[in-house]
Amino acid sequence: MTDKPVVIVGGGPAGLIAATAAAEQGANVILVDREKHAGGILNQCIHTGFGLAFYKEELTGPEFAERAAASALVKGVKFMNETSVLSVSGKTVSVINEHGVSDIDAGAVVLCTGCRERPRGALHIPGTRPAGVYTAGLAQKLVNIAGFLPGKRIVILGSGDIGLIMARRLTLEGAEVLAVVEVMPAPGGLRRNIVQCLDDFGIPLYLSHTVTDIRGKNRVEGVTIAKVDEKFNPVEGTSFDLDCDTLLLSVGLIPENEIAETAGAEIDPASNGMLVDENLMTTVDGVFGCGNALHVHNLVDDLAVEAAQAGKNAALYAAGHVFAPCTIPVVNDGAFGNVVPARVSGTQPAVIRFRVRRPQKGAAVSVGTFSKRFAHLQPNTMESVTVPADAFTDKKEAVLCLNNTL
Amino acid sequence: MKKLYDIVIIGAGIAGSAIARELSRYDLKIALLEKEADAAFGVSKANSGIVHAGFHSAPGMVKSRLCVRGNYLYGELKDELDLPFERKGELMIARGAEDEEKLEFFLKQGNQLGVPDLKIVRGEELRRLEPQLSDEITAALYAPSAGVINPYETVYRFVQNAMQNGVEFFPDSEVVAVAEGIVETTEQTFETKYIINAAGLNAAKIAEMAGLHTFDIKPRKGQEYLLDRKASALVNHVIFPLPSKTSKGILVIPTLDGTVMIGPSAEDGRDDDTTTNDVFDAILASTRTIIPSITPKLLISAFAGVRPVATGDDFIIGPTGVKGFINVAGIQSPGLTAAPAIAEAVVAILKKNGDLLLNKKSDFIAYVPRHPKARTMGKEDLSRSVALDPHFGKLVCRCEHVSEAEIRQAVREGASTLDGIKLRTRAGMGRCQGGFCTYRILEIMAEELGVPMTELTKKGANSALLAKDLKNDR
Repeated sequence: MTDKPVVIVGGGPAGLIAATAAAEQGANVILVDREKHAGGILNQCIHTGFGLAFYKEELTGPEFAERAAASALVKGVKFMNETSVLSVSGKTVSVINEHGVSDIDAGAVVLCTGCRERPRGALHIPGTRPAGVYTAGLAQKLVNIAGFLPGKRIVILGSGDIGLIMARRLTLEGAEVLAVVEVMPAPGGLRRNIVQCLDDFGIPLYLSHTVTDIRGKNRVEGVTIAKVDEKFNPVEGTSFDLDCDTLLLSVGLIPENEIAETAGAEIDPASNGMLVDENLMTTVDGVFGCGNALHVHNLVDDLAVEAAQAGKNAALYAAGHVFAPCTIPVVNDGAFGNVVPARVSGTQPAVIRFRVRRPQKGAAVSVGTFSKRFAHLQPNTMESVTVPADAFTDKKEAVLCLNNTL
Repeated sequence: MKKLYDIVIIGAGIAGSAIARELSRYDLKIALLEKEADAAFGVSKANSGIVHAGFHSAPGMVKSRLCVRGNYLYGELKDELDLPFERKGELMIARGAEDEEKLEFFLKQGNQLGVPDLKIVRGEELRRLEPQLSDEITAALYAPSAGVINPYETVYRFVQNAMQNGVEFFPDSEVVAVAEGIVETTEQTFETKYIINAAGLNAAKIAEMAGLHTFDIKPRKGQEYLLDRKASALVNHVIFPLPSKTSKGILVIPTLDGTVMIGPSAEDGRDDDTTTNDVFDAILASTRTIIPSITPKLLISAFAGVRPVATGDDFIIGPTGVKGFINVAGIQSPGLTAAPAIAEAVVAILKKNGDLLLNKKSDFIAYVPRHPKARTMGKEDLSRSVALDPHFGKLVCRCEHVSEAEIRQAVREGASTLDGIKLRTRAGMGRCQGGFCTYRILEIMAEELGVPMTELTKKGANSALLAKDLKNDR
């Protein structure tokens, strides 16, 4: 037994719920957050749709955040706000705030650092570099937190959920959303958001299209849009121009793992998420990870379940619990975009979360002797299976297979 | 109302700002004019940030001599101007015997120009310097005196130090007319004994305003691509292929900030800042023949700049047929390296003319205030800085570890736009490209400048960042 604290890095929903779960185990918990107010990105998500599963109630983002923060506070979590983590070394967390730099000697660490938006540069959209190109999340912050409209005539590239939500939000605030442009043949965001945010407002969605040029010397003056072929190359003769003053990008979220890297935790090069075992421990002993820093979730309610598991396990670890060694690698048969965890022990039931690469109907997902059939599987939706311990018959590897016999 | 000056410098890029700083040693009344909202917003904005060793160009050219001298001078300036500068060294690579002969040529040329410590490296010695180099590369010309520098900060420090020593800086001041002893901007008219034309891409236009038609400036565009810090483990030196007629080729540049830059292209006649997929593919392909482990996944940002290429491809530095009108034109590569030497050359021209009294100031301030950076400080220094100014304890830009103190200092030193903050501090230049920090930076700017948020711009006129204040502007 040790009284060293469990340090939670990040005060978004994953951090708050992990902190609460750790505190419920009796751990001394410190939550480090760079922002003044806990809640992370939820604070700018003023729409509803949060909490249905976790709190059995439909809440707005800030309401969800407030509840999660209140629970953490009640359980005795100590908050270090406006504090940035410089690095994690072993289980020593170096932090900086207005009082200086200090090292916290932790019994366990949970990294809940969330994700970032893919910027223009990483997409390599050609064209000029004027003002008026924003990521959807930044636009959301500008409108919902700061109270500023970033532009008046708007084109959105990418049909991720934040982009869809912002299409509606900006329309309600008086801007004109001219188009949502998606390079894939299917939308990236949830079906309900397509209906409620685009269809209900008559905003056109161009699937299999992309932005091929940005014009304007000082401020965006327009964009060129073209249809793309199967290899995502623009098809000649299909391009058209839209005059706009703003281009929003909603083209994917990337797990933010710079702090995990300082700790030496192994990162999945494909997803940029931390590689964790069934207990959500990274490759660094005593350092756990959960939430969007692991893999980007659709719903905060799913993320909450995972975060609670990470928080609980971190507290158990800090209290001296030794987990069964996770020596069985979980292998993706190629049908999945992302699979978490990367290793299991085969001694306890394991939750395996995944996304398929392509839409599937009536497919079965199997591991060892376990199999589960799904009516529908969509790339934009994370799913999970809980695999019983005795299903892991092969101790060398656990292959996650997609079997579609239809 | 007309103002009387000794010297008016047109253009606050690397050349104009270095000249302003050098001339500020003397008892002169000097104006530095810039048509953009801030210094370094023209050609210098897209510079690759290399301080070249100087073996590239022929001994007969003006730029050869100035390049080698400029490289030497940065050694002194690093401390005086608190410049981020490091002599990482250059490698010019060869694939096989034919290329290696060309290395011998550049070695000889470099020795003739006085480039220090040049040598040709091969085999294990080469792999030790650059372990990720392609197996096809057989030898390289190694120039340890070459380095990398932050080009924007260099311009800003020259301007800052010039202003500490009395130079008046006029941003947003486009020159509309020039005559002997007269410079007219959109804002005001300057009467002056000397005019220094350091107008970059517009140098020929300025010269024509003065009635001079002796040279032309042609734009040569270059696209550059910035790779994630992860790539910094792959490259230690500035790496060149053998040069072509129009450029030094596609380089691999480990920047001071830990990122890696690849490029630039050389596109004659283009003066826009667009980036294009075909050029990116070509740059990436060329880079991978040098460092095969560089992948497109590492890409975080793209930009383009334009080189001002003068007739004859050399620098044009000297007096003209118009009394008091001095050209500093065609300052393309190695212009950044040569800039401090260009400034000395201008002083020499003024001395030779002899009609301006060049008295050195006794109270010249050689040093700029320090620019502590959270990113490069150790824990103890950082703690000390926080104790002096708690704003150091707040990291505004999480990707590049830029503190609130640095943002505030940048605004106080003249940054008036978001790009100005970015170029001075690196805030917004990292992985998220400003997604997380832009709003906070705008808040700090509005507070420091005392203006409403809706007046803040990306890079000056007509580049407003916010369209409407929803709370106060219904």
